[in-house]
Amino acid sequence: MTSLAKKAGFVGFIALFVAASMFAAMRYAEAQSNPNSFNRLLKPASERNAPPATDGIHDPTSDGTALLQTPLEAFDPLAKSNSGNYVNWNQALDDGGIAPWYSVSNPNAAPIVLDMNIVREVKGSMPNVVYPHKQHTEWLDCANCHPAIFIPMKGANQISMASILLGEKCGVCHGKVAFPVSECRRCHSQPKEAAARQ
Amino acid sequence: MQAAKIILFTLLAASAATAVTYLNPADAEYGDVVMNEFSDDAGMRPVVFPHWFHRIRFRCKVCHGDLGFAFKAGGNGINMLKIIDGEYCGACHDGNVAWSIENCDLCHSGMPNTPTQVHNSTSQKLVAPVAPGSVTQPDAGSED
Repeated sequence: MTSLAKKAGFVGFIALFVAASMFAAMRYAEAQSNPNSFNRLLKPASERNAPPATDGIHDPTSDGTALLQTPLEAFDPLAKSNSGNYVNWNQALDDGGIAPWYSVSNPNAAPIVLDMNIVREVKGSMPNVVYPHKQHTEWLDCANCHPAIFIPMKGANQISMASILLGEKCGVCHGKVAFPVSECRRCHSQPKEAAARQ
Repeated sequence: MQAAKIILFTLLAASAATAVTYLNPADAEYGDVVMNEFSDDAGMRPVVFPHWFHRIRFRCKVCHGDLGFAFKAGGNGINMLKIIDGEYCGACHDGNVAWSIENCDLCHSGMPNTPTQVHNSTSQKLVAPVAPGSVTQPDAGSED
């Protein structure tokens, strides 16, 4: 490649970078200038799963940042969801989209899965909570939750949405890493009528 | 030619400044943990731990059970000495299972002065955040 072509390529790259930055700035300014824009607190789908260099917590001037994998690349083949990472991690596990190890050294170690549902009848109008041990034990060991977070005895655990929002009980994981509490019906899944018939 | 260089440099600086100005921590991936217990003080960038990358490869239990990570950002007192001795991150980041520790920038890649926290957590996204300990619990067992 001639040095002229190299220079042209470099200038083109710079121009592209400048244009992209200006475009982002314009969009931001537009959102700021119109107080009555739609969904002013929501992030548009195009801005989800931002690459490390623009996610606001990685330093874009660090050499390491440029080497990191982008979430979209990793998530592309995985089952989707509507919140969190926008990945349905349980479905991805079930359908083989991911095959995470259960041991730090043995790729063939199999999880000890307990298939037992716990139904918690809730006070308000919301459907009862069905807690599946199965999905949880595919990821976790009994000792991760019992007895420090949940006493393994019926009736021994006081749980409220307030404590979950504060990061206690289910909120130790849900709302931080596991699907967020905005997915009400994934836990509150058993209608009260169905409970009465049993 | 000199003038062109100056214009180019100015444009580049301006666009870089624009990009940095509009970086928003709310764009961080769900579950990304920034750990800055010791980094800023030691003149290193804080560590960014992407949960999503790790859960594709390992189940929660491996780190949060076998390796002893508590379920709390910044709650493990991890330092480089423990890591080179094979504890915590060092159990895998040994050049065998995962990249080894001399690749400092790959973990220490956070924006300086970013506090320790789990990004995009429910409590972080509340419009009016609740203070820990502000919720009083009724008698245990009354809801069961």
